[in-house]
Amino acid sequence: MLLAASGDGGLPVPSMTEFFPPAIAFEGTIFEFNRISLVRWIAVIALVALFWAVASRARLVPGRAQSVAEIGLDFVRVNIAEEVLGKQHARPYVPMLTTMFFAIFFLNVTGIVPGLNIPSNSVVAVPLLLAAAAFVAFVWAGIKAHGVVGYLRTSLFPSGVPWPLYVILTPIEIISTFILRPLTLTVRLMANMLAGHLLLVTFFMLTNYLFFEAAGAVKAVGLLTFGAAFAFTVFELFISALQAYIFTLLTAVYINLSQEAH
Amino acid sequence: MTDAIVLAAGESKVPEGIFLFIPPLYDIFGSLAALIIIALVFWKKVLPTFNRVLDERAEKIQGGMARAEAAQAEAQVALAEYHQQLAEARAEAARIREEARAEGSTIVAELRQKASDDAARILENAQRQIAAERQQAAVSLRAEVGALATELASRIVGEALADEARQSRVIDRFLDDIEASATIGSREN
Repeated sequence: MLLAASGDGGLPVPSMTEFFPPAIAFEGTIFEFNRISLVRWIAVIALVALFWAVASRARLVPGRAQSVAEIGLDFVRVNIAEEVLGKQHARPYVPMLTTMFFAIFFLNVTGIVPGLNIPSNSVVAVPLLLAAAAFVAFVWAGIKAHGVVGYLRTSLFPSGVPWPLYVILTPIEIISTFILRPLTLTVRLMANMLAGHLLLVTFFMLTNYLFFEAAGAVKAVGLLTFGAAFAFTVFELFISALQAYIFTLLTAVYINLSQEAH
Repeated sequence: MTDAIVLAAGESKVPEGIFLFIPPLYDIFGSLAALIIIALVFWKKVLPTFNRVLDERAEKIQGGMARAEAAQAEAQVALAEYHQQLAEARAEAARIREEARAEGSTIVAELRQKASDDAARILENAQRQIAAERQQAAVSLRAEVGALATELASRIVGEALADEARQSRVIDRFLDDIEASATIGSREN
């Protein structure tokens, strides 16, 4: 991170190189590995190990860790899946939505873990793949509910509209449903994490610069930027959870819209 | 800013424009592997385990509630039975008491009847005995009176034969008196 900061004079600012670090291993192959990949795998291992450990020790009367895990899983199952889709329709989508929620949260939250300090969702790969999964899920839900033709008719030719309007409406529906939905899911998540990370890096760099290189009384401003960095770290924790929630909730909503004729 | 880019340029390549949103192949591959692992763990291990635990818990709670309800119903049945038995026992006791009272009064009445019968019988026996004794006394008296009369007569005859007429009158009167008194005595019996 500090590699990107300029060492001599002038206010330091982070650059986009933050998100495209040099390869660590296997450069040029599909196994290429950089810092962000490493952080991603650490998050994945932490998530899997945590839930595996709790699940292996799951008891009828839950302990503290199990209670917390159950609250998290119940939140996705009840407050997202069942609330949006209804109890019957929710069941097949619960595993996917749960995976989405926890994967996004864990890959986001690495941004504020000391030593990792980068949310791996700030590069486009994971958000794009998750949006693709959401896309497949809501198209599949629509086809399952109405058949291929039925789904295309209900989603592209909404009923209750005079037919000449379809000339305008159908292209809009095509773009909004099949292009904008996955795109907005991807960009919302990625841009939020990217911006959050840039903000944090900026404040930390400024604090560093003000404390060690600024002259005299200007050093005191460093306290302000350090306070801001702390506040935004807490804020990033909130954003990490919020983005996970929004992504999962919107996926559920899209599935629901596909299932219901409109 | 320019310094930063220049400094970084040697180490990595920052994509421009739309390519910011198109991940390199290795990143897609790595991310896909990561997500598949997470999905598999949740799908095959975590969710089934927690669903099973939740189902078991719900089952346990519902079973416990059902058992509690059954126990309560049973207790109520037992209580009702107990109350009924108590009422039956009370009724039985009252009936027995009533019977005993009735029986007791019957016995008293019988005893009283028997006592008065006995008394009547004893009285009758006594009267009969008295009558018999009087009869006997009358008979023996009559015999004795006859003998006395004869003796008296012989004495009178022997000492004063001169007044024969008076003598016979005396005897007759005497005998009449005796006769009258005997008649009265026998009539009193």
